[in-house]
Amino acid sequence: MSLTPTPGQTVGPFFGFALPYDGGGELVPHTRPDAIRLHGRVYDGAGDPVPDALVEVWQAAPDGSVPQEPGSLHRDGYTFTGWGRAATDRTGRYQFTTLRPGGASPYFALTVFARGLTDRLFTRAYLPGAAPAAWPGPAAQADDRGFVFDIRLQGEDETVFLTYAQD
Amino acid sequence: MTTPTPSDVASQADITAEIEAISKEYDAAGVVEDNVRLDYAPYRSSILRHPTKALHQVDPEGIELVAPVFGQRDVDPLEADLTIQHRGEPVGERMVVTGRVTDGEGRPIRHQLVEIWQANAGGRYIHQRDQHPAAIDPNFTGMGRCLTDADGSYEFTTIKPGPYPWRNHHNAWRPAHIHFSLFGTEFTQRLITQMYFPGDPLFALDPIYQSIVDPAARQRLVATYDHDVTRHEWATGYRWDIVLTGSHRTVFEEDEQ
Ligand SMILES: [Fe+2]
Repeated sequence: MSLTPTPGQTVGPFFGFALPYDGGGELVPHTRPDAIRLHGRVYDGAGDPVPDALVEVWQAAPDGSVPQEPGSLHRDGYTFTGWGRAATDRTGRYQFTTLRPGGASPYFALTVFARGLTDRLFTRAYLPGAAPAAWPGPAAQADDRGFVFDIRLQGEDETVFLTYAQD
Repeated sequence: MTTPTPSDVASQADITAEIEAISKEYDAAGVVEDNVRLDYAPYRSSILRHPTKALHQVDPEGIELVAPVFGQRDVDPLEADLTIQHRGEPVGERMVVTGRVTDGEGRPIRHQLVEIWQANAGGRYIHQRDQHPAAIDPNFTGMGRCLTDADGSYEFTTIKPGPYPWRNHHNAWRPAHIHFSLFGTEFTQRLITQMYFPGDPLFALDPIYQSIVDPAARQRLVATYDHDVTRHEWATGYRWDIVLTGSHRTVFEEDEQ
């Protein structure tokens, strides 16, 4: 690598008017028969919900293919772009309406931002039973309409946050 | 005239002392840290919001090796001008901010989304939770988007934001900054950061800026005044280039159109 990357900084408290947008969390309409919900809560090290976090999802389509379609910011209701963004609510909850990701070892790739968090964090929310043996944390859990995946920024049951090997 | 510090919150002197102690420790350790620290106690909100376990290293795979695609459907070219979103001209110093987005190998990040948001000239955000008693500018929202061009360049026209107070400690003020959100060619390159202005007197006092403990790394967030970007009788000009982490793709893949 020849250039040093630009450092990150916190998303701060005042992203709410800028980054979330209408339809950000609805990768597909909730009326679609194969729509599922991915949701969960973001917690801090005291176990309190984080109401000023932002979660982004990036995922494969149900057939395992990688979406490469524009339109995430202005959804047409038909194109699956595989990407979405949702702010947490007052109870720390984020929610996506999406499709079940396919592939050999399917997961939702998640990015987490928050006031007080100086840099973005990456994690994988594997579908139940899909995590490789070496994965040191919990997978998402199934519920009646999809999957639940809580994000714990700090503590005993801290979420597995990733750093990507550079080659 | 300074108001006395209430006894239940830290003073600027307390915070500055903490910043300086960490800085000394860093210098003594002699190991360069290019990125921001997740654990940086002078920024009080980070105390309960940083992971305490080492990040788990993985080889990126599948979708992590690809980034979401944004296009003309997503971004109107007019969104790059934050001064034309309302009927009138916003108050403040009109400025152009431009630069290039590249990966760690210097390859341009082409046709990718850049989002910015900021306070107005008086240091006030349109955000409802901003309680700073400075005027809201009815002609300025403070949010813009653009796509980089084939060379990885972005350009925004906006107003120079003002510094603003916050509640980290008594008499805490943020240096003027613009928030930037960036995507690369891979999911792993996602970056949210802040751009600052040269010579800001608040740099030494600000625990968010100082959460990057290496002085040279901090300097990478400071734009340069560039008279070639300045527009005659219209706007001052700043240049700020952004480097994302190195991508895992080969040059061959990157070069295909
Ligand atoms: Fe800010």
